[in-house]
Amino acid sequence: MKSVLVVDDEPNIVLSLEFLMKQAGYEVRVARDGDAALAAFRDRAPDLVLLDVMMPGKSGYELCQTIRANPAWDRTKVVMLTAKIREVEREKGIALGADEYVTKPFSTRELVDTVRRLVGDGDC
Amino acid sequence: MPATSLVIAVAFGYLCLLFAIAYWADKRSDAGRSVVSSPYVYALSIAVYCTAWTFYGSVGQAAIGGIDFLPIYIGPTLVAILWWHLTRKILRISKTDRITSIADFVASRYGKSQLLGGFITIAAVIVVTPYIALQLKGVSASFNLLLAAPAFHDGNFVQPSAFRDTALWVAVLMAVFSMLYGTRHIDATERHEGMVAAIAFESLVKLLAFLTVGVFVTFVVFGGVGDLFAQAAERPDIAPLFTTVGTRGYGGWVTLVLLSMAAVLFLPRQFQVIVVENVDERHLAKAAWLFPLYLFAINLFVLPIAIAGRLLFTPDAVEADAFMLAIPLAADAGVIAVVAFIGGLSAATGMVIVETIALSTMVCNELVMPILLRLAWLRLAERGDLTRLLIAIRRGSIVMLMSLGYLYFYFIGGSYALVSIGLLSFAAVAQFAPAIVGGIYWKGGTRSGALAGLAGGFLVWLYTLLLPSLARSGWLPIEFVDEGPWGIALLKPYALFGLAGLDNLSHALFWSMVANIGLYLGVSLVTRQSAIERIQATRFVEVFQHAQAGSRAQLWPGSASYHDLYELVARFIGKRRAEQSFAAYAASRNLALGKLSHADADLMHYTERLLAGAIGAASARVMVASVVKGKNVGIDEVLQILDEASQVIEYSRQLEQKSRELEAASSELRAANIRLREIDRLKDEFITTVTHELRTPLTSIRSFSEILFDNPGLSVERRREFLDIIIKESERLTRLINQVLDLARIEAGRFDWQMEAVDLPALAREAVLATSQLFKDREVALELDLPRELPPVHADRDQLMQVVINLLSNASKFSPRGTGRVTVRMIAVPGGVETRVSDNGPGIARENQAFVFEKFRQVSDAVSGKPQGSGLGLAICRRIVEHFGGRIWVESELGKGAVFAFFVPFAEAPAPAVATV
Repeated sequence: MKSVLVVDDEPNIVLSLEFLMKQAGYEVRVARDGDAALAAFRDRAPDLVLLDVMMPGKSGYELCQTIRANPAWDRTKVVMLTAKIREVEREKGIALGADEYVTKPFSTRELVDTVRRLVGDGDC
Repeated sequence: MPATSLVIAVAFGYLCLLFAIAYWADKRSDAGRSVVSSPYVYALSIAVYCTAWTFYGSVGQAAIGGIDFLPIYIGPTLVAILWWHLTRKILRISKTDRITSIADFVASRYGKSQLLGGFITIAAVIVVTPYIALQLKGVSASFNLLLAAPAFHDGNFVQPSAFRDTALWVAVLMAVFSMLYGTRHIDATERHEGMVAAIAFESLVKLLAFLTVGVFVTFVVFGGVGDLFAQAAERPDIAPLFTTVGTRGYGGWVTLVLLSMAAVLFLPRQFQVIVVENVDERHLAKAAWLFPLYLFAINLFVLPIAIAGRLLFTPDAVEADAFMLAIPLAADAGVIAVVAFIGGLSAATGMVIVETIALSTMVCNELVMPILLRLAWLRLAERGDLTRLLIAIRRGSIVMLMSLGYLYFYFIGGSYALVSIGLLSFAAVAQFAPAIVGGIYWKGGTRSGALAGLAGGFLVWLYTLLLPSLARSGWLPIEFVDEGPWGIALLKPYALFGLAGLDNLSHALFWSMVANIGLYLGVSLVTRQSAIERIQATRFVEVFQHAQAGSRAQLWPGSASYHDLYELVARFIGKRRAEQSFAAYAASRNLALGKLSHADADLMHYTERLLAGAIGAASARVMVASVVKGKNVGIDEVLQILDEASQVIEYSRQLEQKSRELEAASSELRAANIRLREIDRLKDEFITTVTHELRTPLTSIRSFSEILFDNPGLSVERRREFLDIIIKESERLTRLINQVLDLARIEAGRFDWQMEAVDLPALAREAVLATSQLFKDREVALELDLPRELPPVHADRDQLMQVVINLLSNASKFSPRGTGRVTVRMIAVPGGVETRVSDNGPGIARENQAFVFEKFRQVSDAVSGKPQGSGLGLAICRRIVEHFGGRIWVESELGKGAVFAFFVPFAEAPAPAVATV
């Protein structure tokens, strides 16, 4: 079973993402900030991380850099979620090693499709 | 008695000798071995001051007024003390600027004014004409006296009518000499060495002649000085001559001293010999005591001869002016008489020659040429070689001046004593003094001032001296003098405005100087100098300050190609005029321009002056400097250029100020631009942040809406939960939008404030009620510490409520769940109410306290967990409170909670009764 880590500081957004990922058949873990996310990684690297960019403490960009710097976590796909809609932000995310860059508010169906495309169906 | 033929032969021989000396000196000068470059020659040439007036007139004066003749020589002696400063300054200026005459000097000082130059010239001609007439009278009278000698044996002397013709011949001969040696060539310096040599020789001759006659009269005719004075002392009509100051009184003495002081410097001929003909400035030092010594010597025997004449002749038998000749003739000493005659002749010729030369230069340069150059049909400016024309004009001027002198003598002069004519001229020449002395010591003197002063002085002179003198000669009705014009006593020329008690001369000097100096100073003070005037004023007054640079101004170090100079001039005055100017230059120096590859210093200076006419002296110098090669422009030279161009400085100062103003304006613009860009950036940032803040609740709303839409089979609990989130996030979105709009409206000043008197404690209670659910949810305790009554504050009720609610909700958010404790306290402070909302939350670091009231500056970094809110709340609070005239601030320490406090002023001054309840 593929695992997804949701990292966001907005409780309601976390709640919706958790619901969506679980519904798609993934194992879902949640982290409210960067440090919690790294703890979760060290515990067990997920197949995919949904990463909010604007967070207190470590930003999503920093976290993405840290993940990509660790070869052990190479396999993990990173999907950036952000309310920052400028093209430069998107490019920055991709440059830092993100696999996808999704702007808020997003279409739930498209997000699920993106996750599926990256890691395959959750159930198999 | 000497034979007529002998007298004529001696006189003619003497004049031939003069011609020879002048010729020889000129030749020596051309050969580069000047004979006049000696302080002794220089001092002797200055003695041209002593004219026939001195020679015959002093004795005449002494015979009538005793030592009255002396002030005319005391003045020059006294003024010699000033030579080293005053005269040297004039000399230096004249050398630097190549001044050719006194008219040129004055014109040059006052902005090269043609009007002034012309005025001085005309005045000088008017003044000097009687003076020349005086010399002619002296010579012809002495000549006729000599020839008519037999008449003396009877003790009676009858003037033969022939002497007028003699005067004519004398005038013709003098004119010829002046024309030959005064206008031999046209030279930039206008120096005439031949003439100077001849004049020095003449001074020597007249001195020796006078001494000879003096010695003869004193020691041969009489038995020495003792005998002479002893005899005189016995005569009651003669004795007072050498015991009193004479007829004029002390006031008259002062007047004469002053007049002669001016005359010795400013008579055209004196200016010519002292300044124009000066070879070396250092000669001045020696001449300053040689010349007074000369005056002393030539006056030594004046009184003895005068007394001798009075003793020998009955009054009215012989004119006192003729004693010099009459005594030797009466003593039958023909040789001595001829010596005296030669002395008188030399005194007269010397004066006439120098005077006519000086005047001819003035007439030519200041009067005729400016007029001719203006007459377009003559096309004078286009002619290449003007030197012949210049010489012709000068010769014509000499003839004209001589003719004028002769005519004056013929028609008027016969009636008046020599001294009176001379003093008339002196008084007129004194009118030049204010403009000249003022001009070289006072930079403020203006052209208009000089013109007004001169004109005023001359008008008064004309009215108080010249017209009455004409009247006395019978040319005007004498009633005009005695009773005033139209019988107005106040305007009597000899007692103007009722000023009586002075002699005519003192009276005239007083009024003319009052008019002259008064107008000069007054008009100078109220008029403005033009650029050229200011430059010239500085050059003249400060001639010693840049003496070094002044002499260098004549010589350009380095060299320039002729072609470059030509191109330069052509650019400013056009090719045609440039060509003509350079051709004229070449012609005057016998140069072939075609062969000139390199310009000499002179040509460069010439170019500079050409350019100066077009673009101003300072600019001209800079322009020439630009084409001069191998020339290092020294700092002092640059300073000199700046010095000369005080106007340019002024102009550039204005320019600088303009550019400073421009700079200031542009830096203001830059600053404004930076501010605008900063505002733009902030706006951009604001919009980005707002967008982000809007997207966050939108994200939740959309996500849960889609989840609900896609999952119709969700449980009722789940459905309620998700719908609740959607509602909460929608509220958050609405709140945010409202806040952004409020903030925008407040910032734009378009907020609709409803100001009224607000009861703050009541408002606080309401706010507490509104937020009570929040505190309950977060398990935070809320305490109120409100006074029962407070005077109302001046505020918008709803907005103030928003502020309190905002602070309360912030306090609840940051207080720890369960143990949180928030207190609201209100206290009356001077002028208003202070409201304090304190919590026991994490507190705010000192460095962040300044930021919390800025837009989107949440201090979320300091707390774990993102606080709820847009980051606009406190920013709006601050603007609201500030609008009420209050202020908002935070007091906090990290880990010790925070106090948010704000102050709002009272609606009005609180009544004491209310305050104490």
